Amino acid sequence: MKMLWILALKELRDGLRNRWVAAAILLLGSLALALSLLGSAPTGSVNASKLDVTVISLASLSVYLIPLIALMLSFDAMVSEFERGTMMLLLTYPVTRWQVVMGKFLGHLLILFIAILAGYGSALLILMYISGGDTEGWQAYVMMMLSSLMLGAVFIALGYIISVYVKERASAAGAAIGVWLMFVVMYDLILFAVLLMDEQQLMSQQLLSVLMLISPTDSYRILNLSLFEGVSQASGIAGIVSQAGISVVTLWVVMLAWVVFPLGATLLMFQRREL
Amino acid sequence: MDEQLVKENPLILLQGVSKCYGNAAVLHDINLQVKAGECIVLLGHNGAGKTTLIKLLLGLTRPTDGTVEVLGKDPTFNSSVARHKALGYLPESVAFYDAMTGREVLRFYARLKTVSNNECEKLLKLVGLDDAASRKVGAYSKGMRQRLGLAQAMLGDPQLLFLDEPTTGLDPLLRQHFYELIDRLHQQGATSIISSHALNEVEARASRFIMMKSGMVVARGTLDELYKQAALPVRINIGVTPGEAATVAERFNADVSISRVNNASLSLACLEGEKMHLIRYICSLGDEIKDMQIVPPRLDELYSHFMCRDSL
Repeated sequence: MKMLWILALKELRDGLRNRWVAAAILLLGSLALALSLLGSAPTGSVNASKLDVTVISLASLSVYLIPLIALMLSFDAMVSEFERGTMMLLLTYPVTRWQVVMGKFLGHLLILFIAILAGYGSALLILMYISGGDTEGWQAYVMMMLSSLMLGAVFIALGYIISVYVKERASAAGAAIGVWLMFVVMYDLILFAVLLMDEQQLMSQQLLSVLMLISPTDSYRILNLSLFEGVSQASGIAGIVSQAGISVVTLWVVMLAWVVFPLGATLLMFQRREL
Repeated sequence: MDEQLVKENPLILLQGVSKCYGNAAVLHDINLQVKAGECIVLLGHNGAGKTTLIKLLLGLTRPTDGTVEVLGKDPTFNSSVARHKALGYLPESVAFYDAMTGREVLRFYARLKTVSNNECEKLLKLVGLDDAASRKVGAYSKGMRQRLGLAQAMLGDPQLLFLDEPTTGLDPLLRQHFYELIDRLHQQGATSIISSHALNEVEARASRFIMMKSGMVVARGTLDELYKQAALPVRINIGVTPGEAATVAERFNADVSISRVNNASLSLACLEGEKMHLIRYICSLGDEIKDMQIVPPRLDELYSHFMCRDSL
């Protein structure tokens, strides 16, 4: 445990040193603030609180942004150390390979946690202050922060698979872009296209639900857009999830699985690798 | 209990170890025993398998065949992590985290070995990096990096040191300092395995040499043993009265090879067994001999003898 912490702290320090943390906080904070300040204008006639609307717009943006940040943190985590030779030296120290992977994961998660907490959290406080202490809907906001962290964890873990698999850092960068495109953009587009072409409605409601559920980004969307009554009314897709009977727990479990399996795969590949 | 085990058994035991990458055999049937306190020097060209051998001993790679035991256990991967505390390793052309300062790097490694920050400062001073400790490693020169590498290898007073070409890129003064540091570790009872090209530097330090060529051990033993195996000629340089070199040269038998003749000096070569006989003869030559130097074969001659033997 102590080893994990030493390794995690090193990653965190790296993140602080190269201004990664600062940049992420700034990015997330300013986006949250801008979206909530601008986005709150049209809420007048809708029966939704300012925070609920902010959650919707933030969640639909986070689904692109958080994976990007997470992948940028993790895509070269292993390969750059293989390339430089620092991994070789590190492994002659009394650390196991799983400690190296989990230590990095913990450190990167910590960076993301700080960025989300400081970025989105500060926006929440400012919003509450502006609205004169109106705290309605804060649970959805906090849930959005938590699930954003989970989404980040998914893409950190996916980034590790890339970084332990590829031979060079440059190909890791390419693969990371590919993963981002596939998971964040293409999957939904393909699903959408299939739905459009499916004129005989061969695809059942259930199959659609499952197809959406197995994508971590869709799970994140559903979790945030339909979890709370206020939010789901405002987002208008409440029906999908409630009809399919997907529970909140299922959504979290799906995302957790997307963390656990890539991490496991990373460990397995790393364990076999000879330096 | 543990210490006793180490005393009685070899620190390192290799039996029939081979290593292939794909179809290419990098190591072939290596057998090796190292006892506590020894200083083993690995010699060989680049690509002879020295680095691979060290990686096997550190558990960074697995042997294709044979068994490797370090400190009584298989070093591979996770099976002997606790024992890695007793290891120190300086890789060939060592690399660190460039964005960190020298002090930060050393402290990071020290924490992994549960060595105190105080100890880090001492080591930084020892390798002469105390002034540069708060500079980023990325801006370090090759020599400074190498010194930081030695400092991290010395963390926690390791029992077993692996130094892979430790002095490449160091200037002569630093080299000397470097070996003083290693000698100090030896005095504390450390065992070391050094791979090197710098034959003359390691000559005096090694308790045993292992010469490797394309993955095989071509010769091994102490310096004396190697000389005996090689049966290299001893060289005797004599100085004679100026102008008399040619006439003196004529007075030697045909079986003494005279390899250099100039106006006032000769260089003779003979086998070890005939050395005394030749020296007595030289002395009997009288006043014409002004000077005599006996030059035993050097390690680099031994090296080229063993390395070129098969290809000739």
